[in-house]
This record gives sequence, structure tokens and C-alpha cells, in this order.
Amino acid sequence: MALMLVKFDLKKRVKLAQTVWFMYWFAVMAGVLVFSMGLFFKIELRKRSELMDNNESHFLPNLLILMGLIACGINALGGKICYDSLDPSKFVKWKPILKTFLMVCIGFNVLLFVTGLLCFLMRIPLQFTLAEGLRNGMKFYKDTDTPGRCYMKRTLDLMQMEFRCCGNDNYRDWFEIQWVSNRYLDFSAKEVKDRIGSNVDGQYLMDGVPFSCCNPSSPRPCIQFQMTNNTAHYSYDHYTEELNVWRRGCREALLSYYGGLMNTIGAMVVLVTLLESAVTIGLQYVDSSLSTLANPEDPESESEGWILEKTVKETFTDIMDKMKAMGKGSKVEEGGEAAAATVS
Amino acid sequence: MPFMPVKFNLPKRVKLAQGLWMIYWLSVIVGILIFSLGIFFKIELRKRSEMMDNNESHLVPNLLILVGLLACGVNAFGGKVCHDSLDPIKFAKWKPMLKPYLLLCCGFNALLLLTAMLCFLMQFAVYLTLAEGLKNSIKFYKDTDTPGRCFMKRTLDMTQIEFRCCGNNNFRDWFEVQWISNRYLDMSNDAVKDRVLSNVEGKYLMDSVPFSCCNPGSPRPCIQHHLTNNTAHYDYDHRIEELNIWTRGCREALFSYFSGMMNSIGVLVIATIILESVDMAGLKYLSTALETMEDPENPECESEGWLLEKGVKETFSELFAKLKTLGKTNQVEEGADAQEAAT
Repeated sequence: MALMLVKFDLKKRVKLAQTVWFMYWFAVMAGVLVFSMGLFFKIELRKRSELMDNNESHFLPNLLILMGLIACGINALGGKICYDSLDPSKFVKWKPILKTFLMVCIGFNVLLFVTGLLCFLMRIPLQFTLAEGLRNGMKFYKDTDTPGRCYMKRTLDLMQMEFRCCGNDNYRDWFEIQWVSNRYLDFSAKEVKDRIGSNVDGQYLMDGVPFSCCNPSSPRPCIQFQMTNNTAHYSYDHYTEELNVWRRGCREALLSYYGGLMNTIGAMVVLVTLLESAVTIGLQYVDSSLSTLANPEDPESESEGWILEKTVKETFTDIMDKMKAMGKGSKVEEGGEAAAATVS
Repeated sequence: MPFMPVKFNLPKRVKLAQGLWMIYWLSVIVGILIFSLGIFFKIELRKRSEMMDNNESHLVPNLLILVGLLACGVNAFGGKVCHDSLDPIKFAKWKPMLKPYLLLCCGFNALLLLTAMLCFLMQFAVYLTLAEGLKNSIKFYKDTDTPGRCFMKRTLDMTQIEFRCCGNNNFRDWFEVQWISNRYLDMSNDAVKDRVLSNVEGKYLMDSVPFSCCNPGSPRPCIQHHLTNNTAHYDYDHRIEELNIWTRGCREALFSYFSGMMNSIGVLVIATIILESVDMAGLKYLSTALETMEDPENPECESEGWLLEKGVKETFSELFAKLKTLGKTNQVEEGADAQEAAT
């Protein structure tokens, strides 16, 4: 008893082939979409790779690009097969590879689903990479004369302005590191010597933040320096001041950006997986309906189409038997060789 | 002697009709493009209308939107006529409308030419509006508690950050206005009182700029205050320092952005004029080729197509003669009326 049997006449077969051909072209466009999303994600990771210590994992975007290309190829081939299925002479040349092609499609669908799951799961390693990278990014903010790190300041400033964030967890992270280069500190000044002498590492720490932390929506000009000193500024209370600098930390801002991106891409990949499953089932129907023509010479004869030739249980037992037979076949051969070896 | 006659047989006519139909659909797409560019331009003007004192002229984007819609309609109609031209029965119903339609297309081309010229010329108006608007914006930067102007600070800060510019002409414009609100100035402080008294208008002026003027590409943390005082900062010479804050003025930055946009749109409109002229010439050829068929019953006969029935000079002299007769008819009528009135 076949799984989900459907009876076909010529008109129904033609309609099925045309519909599946249409769906294959949608699937090709979906493959292009997956490819371009992978490319976009890769570019976004590269743009901020400095902030992730240049060791972010490009595994997921590379996988998406590969999946997109394979999807385009497989779906274009499937569309061609559907197009040729209406002409018996052309379809004959595709018949032998159709079963293998369907197996490949099923394998590809599973892989695509796994990719979709990965999109949701890879958020966690990204979180750790971002935390580490941002901490180092802030540490190297002042090294504008060190080759290889001289653009860290600009990258960090532009990122804080674009994502409206300040520091790693919040703006107080800037109080814990020296973010002014020694080249611009006057070491003969008493104030500088005091500050450097006041901590173990000999760093020039201050309760100030870079200008990129400033919030343009604040009604007063930005207070960057002496932020914890209420008397240094008129009518200022740093406990209640909310609009002066960005309050969000950049790790949270970047993570929510990339997390949103990965969630969207993951949802799209799952949808593409559903589309691919639908076209695979459609192709199976086309194949089975053309193979079971009651009268092979007459194109107008009736036929049947199905998803599986036997029921699910029977198909699985068939597959298990086949695998056992293959295993036994190897054993018999080994036994035969051992017997031959002992005899001779 | 017709102007630029071309002989047609059936395959040539069919090819002309099909080619013309495709060009008409291309023109519809170009019309949609002009419409969307008009909307984009309008949105950009609205986004920065605060910088232009809310009195920028929306003539060019409105005209572009209108022209885009008209182009879509005119070209879709032309495409339909071409599509029907291969079938004599369908084409018969379009025949009487062709002459007025071609005149309409001529008028539309003139409108397109006007639009292109406006795109290039209105840039002067934009420049003047920007200069005035930015000056006022800088003046109102501090009024974050005045309703109607409370977002000026944010808008100006975001503009300076996005366009990488500072002040109107350059950063020194900030030295001439008070950009800190009085609410955040401690009027009992001696330093503040000195500054306020040091100028006629009682404004708190200083040689500082807002943080949005800062250049992230500078190797040292941004120096915003005491910009002209070399001794206030270690290893600083304000005469040779180039990377600290943006050196370009916002008027120049905004103007180059808008003028680039208007120039591109103007070039596109000129390309549309050329495309529309090609459309008109093709339609004229097609309609004359279908009218001059020797044997109307036989679709496979030969015919001739042209742009003008007589030469260019003769057509113009005929046009003038027509206009003159129109005028003379009026005069004759007046004379007859006067005679009747007299008798």
C-alpha cells in the first residue's frame, strides 16, 4: 500500500509538472537569497572583526554561501527535469539518475535544516567572542601609533556612535583603562604625575569617556570629563543624569544586532527548507506518475503517483534488510577468503 | 517629398511594432524610476528641512513626481496602441486619437525639458536656503527648552556627525554664537560673568565647539574646548592641527550632497527626453506605415512610413499659414460684426 497515493491522468500530470517547475524556479531564487544572506553576514562580520579580536568564526556564513550555491544548482537541475518530463523522449535520459537525485535532495534538505538550527545556536560563541574582543578593543584605544592597531580608536568611536553605546558593559569601563595616549600627556605636570602615581599599573586613569559616548539628544552640551564629580559642573547630578552619555553597553548592542540578524537568517533558512521539501515531494510524484503509466505508448493513459512505494514501516524494514544484506555480503566474502587462505 | 521616408513590408512592420512595444515598456519603467527619485528627493528635503528653516522649495520633487506619473500613463497608452497595431480591427479604434496623442507627447517632452532645466538651476536656490537655514540652526542650537526648536540640537549634532562637517563655513562659526543654554551656566561664577560681560550682546562666547565636530580619525582624544589656546593642551598647535575636528563647513557638505543628487536626476531626465523622442518617431513611422497600405484588405502589401508628410520647411510654413488664417478669420468676423452693428 503506497504512501499518499494519487491518481493522475494526462491533464493532471501536465499541471503537476508545470507547478513543480514553477516551484523549482522559486527555489532557485530562494537559493540566491540564502547565498546573498550568507555574503551579507560575512561582510558584517568582517567589518567589525577588529572588535572581535580578528578571531571570529566565519563557519556559519561560509556554510550559508555553500548551501546557497548548492541549492541553486540542485533546483536548476530539478527544474530542467520537470520541464523535460512532459516530453517522453527527453525524460528517458533523466530517468536513471532520478532516484539518486532524489536521495541527494533529501540529504541536502537535512543539511539545510541543520544550517537553520546552527543560525540560532551560534549566537552563544559569538557572545563570548564579542565580550573578549571589546575588552581588548578598549585597551588598545590609545595605541594610535602602533602599526596594526592604529585604527582601533576610529573603529571604536564610529561603532559607539553608530550603535549608540558606550564601553563594554556600561560607560564606567572607560574609567578603568588609560584611553589617552602617553604622547599627549605632559609628564612634567603635577596633575598627570599624581594620577599615574595613584594606581599600581602606572596608568593615567580618569573618570572621563571619549566623545563618541555622547548622546546628541541631551539638552545640555556633553559632559565627558569629571563625570562622577557633581561640583565640577553646574546643576549636574551624575546619579540622576540619564541623557548625557549612552547608557547601553556595546557588547549588548552588538549582540542584539548580530542576534537579530542571525535569527532572521535562521527563520529564512527554515522557510527555504520547507520549500525544498515541497519541491522534492513534487518531483517524487512526477517521477512515480510517469513510471507507472498503464500503457507506456499512450501518453493519455492513467497512472498513479506516491511519495513512498510501500508504507513508512515497510520502507524502513526494507532499508534495514538491505543494509544487513550488505553487511552479510561482506562477511560471506571475508569468510570465503579466510577459507581460501586456510585451504591454500 | 516626405521627410525621411522608409519602405515597409509586413515582416518589417511587425518587427517595428514589436520593437516599439518593448521600448514603450522600458519607458514606463523609466517613468516609475523618475517617480521614485522624486519621492526620494522629497523625503531627503523633508529630513533636513530644519536645516533649511522649513522654507525650502518643494517645486522640483513635486514636478518630478508629476512627470513620473504622466510618463507612466503616456507610455502605457503608447504601448497598448503598438500592441494593437498588428490587428487592423483593433487599430481602427485608435486611429483617430493618434494625432492628438503625438501632440500630447510633444508637450510632454517640453515639460521634461523644463524639469531638467529646473533640476540644474534650482541648485542655486538650495544653496542660498542652506546658508540661511544653517546660520539660524547654529543660533538655535542651545534652545533645547523652547517648544518647536527643542530638537535643533539633536538634528544639528546628527547632521555634523553624518556629513562630517562643523559649523556653517567652518568651525569658527561656533565661536560667534552662544551654544550653551543659560540653564547650565552658573551665573554667580566669576568666570562666567566675565565672559558674558566681554561682548556687547551679553552672550557666553567661547572658543569651543560641540562634540559632534570631533573627528574619530584623530590619533588623540578630541580637543573641543580652548581650541585657539595652544598652551591649554600638551603638544598642540591649532594652526597646523588638521585631524582634531572636521574642517569642512556643513553648508558645503550638504550642498554637495544635494547638488550631486539633483545633477544625477537632471541627467536621467535628459535621457528620458531622448527615449521619449525615439518613442514618438517610432510611433509616427508605424502609424504612417499602416495608413499608406496600397491595398487595405491585403495585410502583406508594401507601404511607406515617414516622420513628416512634407519637408521640414514646408511643414513649418504651413503651420504659420494656419496660424495666420486663424488670426485673419477673427478679423473678418469682427469686420462683419461691425458692419452689422452699423446697419
